[in-house]
Amino acid sequence: MLQRLSHLLGVETLTREQINFILDQSKPFQEFQRHPLKKLATLRGRTVAIAFFEPSTRTRISFTTAAARLGADTMALQAEASSLKKGESLIDTVRTLEALRPDGIVMRHSSSGAPEFVAQRLEVPVLNAGDGTHEHPTQALLDALTIRDRKGKLEGWNVTILGDILHSRVARSNIHLLAKFGARITLCGPAMWCPPELECLAPNLRRTPRLEEALEGADVILVLRVQTERLHEPALAPEEYIRGYQLTPQRLKLAHPEALVLHPGPMIRGLEIDSAVADGPQSAVLEQVTNGLAVRMALLYHLIGGAAADAPHPAKERPNASD
Amino acid sequence: MLLIKNGRVLDPARKTDAALDILLEGDRIAKVGANLSVADAEVFDADGLVVAPGFIDLHCHLREPGQEMSETIETGTRAAARGGFTAVCCMPNTQPINDSASVTRGIVERAAASAAVRVWPIGAASIGSKGEALAEIGAMKDAGVVAVSDDGKPIATARLMRQVMDYCNSLDLPVIDHCEDASLFAGGVMREGPRAIRLGLKGIPAQSESICAGRDVELALLSSARLHISHMSTTGALEYVRFAKRAGAHVTSEVTPHHFTLTDEDVRYDSNYKMNPPLASRSDREALIAGLADGSIDAIATDHAPHHPASKDVEFDRAPFGITGFETALALGLGELVHTGKIPLMRLVELFTTGPARVLGRERTLAEGQPADITIFSTDHPWTFHAAESPSKSRNTPFDGRTFRGAPMATIVAGRIAYRR
Repeated sequence: MLQRLSHLLGVETLTREQINFILDQSKPFQEFQRHPLKKLATLRGRTVAIAFFEPSTRTRISFTTAAARLGADTMALQAEASSLKKGESLIDTVRTLEALRPDGIVMRHSSSGAPEFVAQRLEVPVLNAGDGTHEHPTQALLDALTIRDRKGKLEGWNVTILGDILHSRVARSNIHLLAKFGARITLCGPAMWCPPELECLAPNLRRTPRLEEALEGADVILVLRVQTERLHEPALAPEEYIRGYQLTPQRLKLAHPEALVLHPGPMIRGLEIDSAVADGPQSAVLEQVTNGLAVRMALLYHLIGGAAADAPHPAKERPNASD
Repeated sequence: MLLIKNGRVLDPARKTDAALDILLEGDRIAKVGANLSVADAEVFDADGLVVAPGFIDLHCHLREPGQEMSETIETGTRAAARGGFTAVCCMPNTQPINDSASVTRGIVERAAASAAVRVWPIGAASIGSKGEALAEIGAMKDAGVVAVSDDGKPIATARLMRQVMDYCNSLDLPVIDHCEDASLFAGGVMREGPRAIRLGLKGIPAQSESICAGRDVELALLSSARLHISHMSTTGALEYVRFAKRAGAHVTSEVTPHHFTLTDEDVRYDSNYKMNPPLASRSDREALIAGLADGSIDAIATDHAPHHPASKDVEFDRAPFGITGFETALALGLGELVHTGKIPLMRLVELFTTGPARVLGRERTLAEGQPADITIFSTDHPWTFHAAESPSKSRNTPFDGRTFRGAPMATIVAGRIAYRR
C-alpha cells in the first residue's frame, strides 16, 4: 500500500511510485473533463482554502475549478485583499484561515519554503501551488502526465529545459521529477540564468549556453516563461534573448522530429517562443492546461478526500468519499 | 577575598599551563601561586576545571537602546556570563545608533546599573552608519568606545573607509569592518552554491565578503590603521588577512562559532540558519579552522544577534539575519576544535582571551595587579543547551537541544562571581 501523502510540498521528496500513483489517479479525471456534466460529489461538504500570496491567474483558476468539479467548496485568500498588507505575519494569516476549518490549503507564495513553513505549523494538508524559486510540484506532475500521454512513457527521454533556469521553480520541479525517471537533462539559457551549481540537482544533467547544442536530439523541450522583470535586471535586452534563445520552427528542426514542446504559461509569443511553434503540432501547451485540472483533482482527492480513513480525530470524520 | 584553588591555570599570555591557585582581592588579582592558603578567604574549588583569563567577546548585539523586545543590556550580559564571557563589545546598530557620545554614555550608564559583565561599546564609524560622514569618534572614545564599526551596514566607499582609518589611527582605535559588497549581496539570504540552488533561496557569493576584505586590507596598508575584520567566513578574506599580516599591516580577524561549526549544507527553511555573513561552504569552514589553528585568525567572536521570536518566525527570506551565541560559544569551540584535535586547548583559550584583547590593544593575563576577570570551565562536563532556559530575551539559535561536552562553570567579573553553574 502506498504511503499516503500528508502534504504536497515538492517533487524532490516524492518517490517514483508516488509519482506514478498520482499520474495513474489522474487518468480518470482526464476522461472526466470530456463529460458534459463536470461535477462530482466526491468532496461534497469539504472546503479547500486557496491561499495565494502572490498574483496568479492560471494556477488559481485551475485549482479552484478542480475543487469545484470535485464538489468541494473553496475559500479564496488573495494577498491584495488579505491582512498581510496591514502587517500581519504569514503564520497569523494561515492560522486564521485554519480556524475557518478548511480540509486543505492550496498555497502559493513568493518566498521559497513558505508552504513547508506553514505545513510544519498547521494540522491541515498543505498543497504547494508554487513557492518562490523553489518548487511548483503540480506543474511538474501535469508536465509528466502530458509527456506520458503524448510519448507513451515517462522513462528515459532527452529533455531540454530552456530559459531562465536559475529563477524557475518549474524547472526545479521538472528536473527533480524527470531525473527520477532516468531523463538526460540539458539546461540551456543565458549564462547568468544557468549557473554551474544547477548541476547538483540531478545526475545526467548538463548545461550549455548554445541553443543548437541543447536542442540536438531532444525528445522533450520545456520552454520557460521569460519574466520581463528579470530582463529588466541589468541583464539582457529582449532582442538579445530572442537572438540566442527563442524557440523557432527552424531551431525546432534540430530536435528529434517528434519532439514534444511544453510551456507552463503564461506564454509570451515572440519572446521565448515563436507562434508557429506554440501553435504547431508538436506543441502540447493546451493539453498541459487540461491535464493540470486532472492532476490537481487527483491530488485534492488524495490529500483531502481520503482523510477520513486515517484522520487523527473524529472532527475530521466524513461520510465515505467515494459517493 | 576569593581563593580559586586546585584548578588548571591556562594563561596564553604567559604560556602558563600549571596547577596553580589564584587569590582575588577586591577587583584585582592579588596573587598567583602554587598551594596558596589564606585564612579568611572564600574558597572556590576548581578541582578538575580550567582557570583562564576572562573571556572577551568582540562582537555582540545587546539591542539596548531601542530594541528591548529582543534583548537588553541586562538580559544579554546575563547570557554572556553564562557563556563564560567577562566582557562583551556591543555593536552600535541600536536605535538610536551609537554614533555620538551621548548614546555611548547612555549605554555605559545602563551597563553600570544593570550589566552582569563588562560592556565595552563599539561606536559607529559614520553618522547613522549611513556611510556618508564621520561620526563623533573622538568624543565617543572619551565616553568609552573601544573600537568603531558600521556593522551590518558596511562602509560602501573606499574613500570614506580610508578617512575612517586615518582618523581612527590618530585616535589609536581599531576599525572593525563587516565586509560586504552591497551590489553583490543584492538581497541574498544564504551563501550562493548548490544548497541555495536546491532551496531556491537567493545566494550571496563569497566574493561579496572577500572583495570588501581585499579593499580594506589595501586601505589598511595605505593608512597604517588597525583593521579588524568581523565574522570572517570566506577563504578569500582569510587569504587577504594572511597577505596583510605578512606585509606587516595591523590587520586582525575573528570567526564565529557557527561559521566553524555549520556550513551552507545545514541550511533549511528555518530562519535560525539565517545569518549574515551566511553559513559558508564546507571548504571555507575547513579553511577557517586552519586559520584558527595557525594564528591567521585572532579571535572567536559570537556575533550574538538576538531577535524577538515573532520577528524570526516568518518566511526564511523575510526573517532578519542573526542568531544568539553567548551560551554555546565555548562548548562549540571545545566540541568542534579541541575535542576533534584540530587546535590545542591553550589556543582555544587564547582565541577567547589574549587574542581579542590584542585586537583592542589590551593585555589579558592572570597576574598580580590585573583585573580579577576569570573564566572557569570544564572541558568534559556533559550538558544540553535549552534555548528556553536562556536569560536572553530571544531564542533564535540553531543549537537548541544540542548536547555538548564542556561548559563554563563560573564567570568572575571584577572579583565577583557573575555566574556559577
